[in-house]
Amino acid sequence: MFDALTDKLNAAFRRLGSHGSITEKDLDEAMREVRLALLEADVNFKVARQFIADVRERALGAQVLQSVTPVQQIIAIVHDALVAVLGGEQAPLAKASTPPTVIMLAGLKGSGKTTTAAKLALHLRKQNERVALIAADPYRVAGEAQLASLGKQLDLPVYGMEGEKQPAIAAKRGIALAARAGMTAVIVDTAGRSQSDPEMMAEIVAIRDAVQPQEVLLVLDAMTGQEAVNAATEFNAALTLSGFILTKMDGDARGGAALSIRSVTGLPIKFVGAGEKVDALEAFHPDRFASRILGMGDVVSLVEKAQQSIGEAEMQRMEQRVRSQKFDMQDFLDQYQNLKKMGSMSSLLGMLPGISALKGKLNVDEIDDTFFKRSEAIMLSMTQEERRSPQIISGSRRRRIALGSGATLQEVNQLLNQFTQVQKMMKMMSSGKLPGMPGMKIPGFGR
Amino acid sequence: MRFFRSSRAGVDPISGEQARAAEEDVRRTVSATERTRRGWFGRMSGVFSRSSIDDELWDELEEILLGADTGLATAEHILNQLRERASAGQLRDPDAVKQALKELLVDLLKGQESHGGKLWSASAGADPPPPPAIILVVGVNGVGKTTSIAKLAHKYVQDGARVMLAAGDTFRAAAIDQLREWGARVGAEVIAQGPNSDPGAVTFDALTAADARGADVLIIDTAGRLHTKFNLMEELRKLRRVIERKYPDAPHEVLLVLDATTGQNGLAQARTFAGIIGVTSILLTKLDGTSKGGIVFAVTDELGIPVRFVGTGETVDDLAPFVPEDFVDALFAE
Ligand SMILES: Nc1nc2c(ncn2[C@@H]2O[C@H](COP(=O)(O)OP(=O)(O)OP(=O)(O)O)[C@@H](O)[C@H]2O)c(=O)[nH]1
Ligand SMILES: Nc1nc2c(ncn2[C@@H]2O[C@H](COP(=O)(O)OP(=O)(O)OP(=O)(O)O)[C@@H](O)[C@H]2O)c(=O)[nH]1
Ligand SMILES: [Mg+2]
Ligand SMILES: [Mg+2]
Repeated sequence: MFDALTDKLNAAFRRLGSHGSITEKDLDEAMREVRLALLEADVNFKVARQFIADVRERALGAQVLQSVTPVQQIIAIVHDALVAVLGGEQAPLAKASTPPTVIMLAGLKGSGKTTTAAKLALHLRKQNERVALIAADPYRVAGEAQLASLGKQLDLPVYGMEGEKQPAIAAKRGIALAARAGMTAVIVDTAGRSQSDPEMMAEIVAIRDAVQPQEVLLVLDAMTGQEAVNAATEFNAALTLSGFILTKMDGDARGGAALSIRSVTGLPIKFVGAGEKVDALEAFHPDRFASRILGMGDVVSLVEKAQQSIGEAEMQRMEQRVRSQKFDMQDFLDQYQNLKKMGSMSSLLGMLPGISALKGKLNVDEIDDTFFKRSEAIMLSMTQEERRSPQIISGSRRRRIALGSGATLQEVNQLLNQFTQVQKMMKMMSSGKLPGMPGMKIPGFGR
Repeated sequence: MRFFRSSRAGVDPISGEQARAAEEDVRRTVSATERTRRGWFGRMSGVFSRSSIDDELWDELEEILLGADTGLATAEHILNQLRERASAGQLRDPDAVKQALKELLVDLLKGQESHGGKLWSASAGADPPPPPAIILVVGVNGVGKTTSIAKLAHKYVQDGARVMLAAGDTFRAAAIDQLREWGARVGAEVIAQGPNSDPGAVTFDALTAADARGADVLIIDTAGRLHTKFNLMEELRKLRRVIERKYPDAPHEVLLVLDATTGQNGLAQARTFAGIIGVTSILLTKLDGTSKGGIVFAVTDELGIPVRFVGTGETVDDLAPFVPEDFVDALFAE
């Protein structure tokens, strides 16, 4: 998510650490790099300025310049400052004392409100709420059809505009009907609008007044530039928001908007949208985000995901293999098949520490799922014996494997080379020598 | 048949006969950018009322550019040039700096005359390809592709063309309904299959239909996709191949739609879409809000892809040609 920002900070800190002890001038140079990175990440320029000033002051106060590990200290300070801006604990959704709980979504055009309405509905249903979707957008062409289609897909009731032109009236009526039908939560999908349009802002205030929501969430595209601050400030002024949902985080948007909107409104980011499908809604974890920004990767998410899809026992068995340096091709194949259970390669790679640093050398885009499928086919064409002792795979065996898997001889060779590399990496990992991860502890890998 | 043939220097894709309409378009650009001007260059007047060129002036200029989403690289690139000229004594006061900044911004936006597009550039306008003109429209999620297609179709229909639309977004909920509804409103036939059908098959159908029914223009809508999604970008590549197989010369334009609200990610979008399927033109949407759309400076600077149109609202009339001079003039207008 914050990949590029990560790269920049790493670069700045690498330079900083390269000539031993550092001076105040070095610190300024590093802060300049941090500023550039923040701006490239679309952090609002005023927010960036404030952030840099804070970090610099703390770095001086913490006597970073005298420290033997200044880079690590600065990273820690930047990390803490990021967490502080991004917010403390995870903020839960408010609930109405008398159901239904009303959640209203607002935002700029095309930010992802309607899709997010469906995602939220699914999320709430998983918590045993009886959820309905309420249409309050009379403008978007086929907007109602879109909401209806999402409702149908999830088998959720949708209360439409039914020809009513005024969204406030339609929404209020829809909620009353939903309440009568025993719904415990409703999500109101409003039209996209610009905060600079007074009529449209008056309209959404009228909707808010009519539906009396417990939650008013601004749905913001993670790719938004400097405008994010204006939208957050002015929607908040008009509606008194209760928080944000940041969408389209599945791309490479650096998402600096998250820092900006948090710091200007103080309101929590309650969820993150990370995909077009209705289940692609995730909780926002400020600490993990900050770690990501600093190139430490979202290891916690990765491990959670692994535990869910692979299971504790299998993970421990793997860890044992790695630690005892017995990792062979059969384990390699097992790993592939485990990874496959966890989701697409690109989403997994994004969570790994150090991947963003590797990006220049390693063409991450090339590592797509078809590549993995091909590799799997090659491994499946090996005998059990070959997988256990890959060193016995001679030229003739390679040709047989190529034929059996439909791969070229070159691809088989490539995979074997790749395996050797992985084996080397595993050895380093088990002895704690993996480069580029000072003091990094991967949960599950050593103490 | 007029495919927005250029009337002057290829920057104005509206035909000469439509001078009145073009004037209206300019008015739209001006009024759409008026807010931008108030918000952005509105601050300029403060800056330029300074009496001398000092550090504060440069800082303020930098913030103005950054606030407009030009990105730091572009902002520094522009300001360094101005700084050099100032220290060489060529710019004597803030007013001269303003004039020079304006010129630099216009130069940046001009990009290249053509980026391989065969419909909307000056040279292409003189020698249009035989119909159907095929336009492939791409971009990330929610930027305004489908709405912009409706606007383009409307212009072509007004121009007397027979327009066909292909519902290549078979993924997003009700995307097909949306295009159908727009097609009905602007008078363009929509070729579609059911939800989740293969976009390649829909495109193939549309190409065949366009051929059989003598369409002048075929505009292909595609599902929004983040440029980082390998498989979805491969799908676009495939789509392009489907088109090329039937019409080796096509698509005649690959139009990338960018949202003016987008920050620096817009450059990554343009880079990747251009790299994978070859973008020939850019359409900048949602310029009617307070967004500055400054990312196009970086995009044209780095990639040289011309911005051809701006979207200035949600109705079919809210489309205007992108004219760098007018655009920057409107930004600076007092
Ligand atoms: N990749 C990705 N796409 C998303 C996400 N959330 C929404 N989208 C896509 O963004 C586009 C716009 O989503 P909508 O839900 O229609 O947006 P909206 O805010 O309701 O739009 P308007 O009602 O027109 O203002 C669609 O293509 C969605 O599939 C996300 O988290 N990731
Ligand atoms: N104000 C304004 N709104 C626009 C403009 N262009 C598009 N929109 C709005 O932006 C929203 C998204 O537009 P769509 O045309 O559905 O966007 P899309 O790129 O096709 O979206 P997906 O297919 O979901 O990726 C809609 O609410 C449009 O009305 C514009 O120039 N100005
Ligand atoms: Mg919507
Ligand atoms: Mg669309």
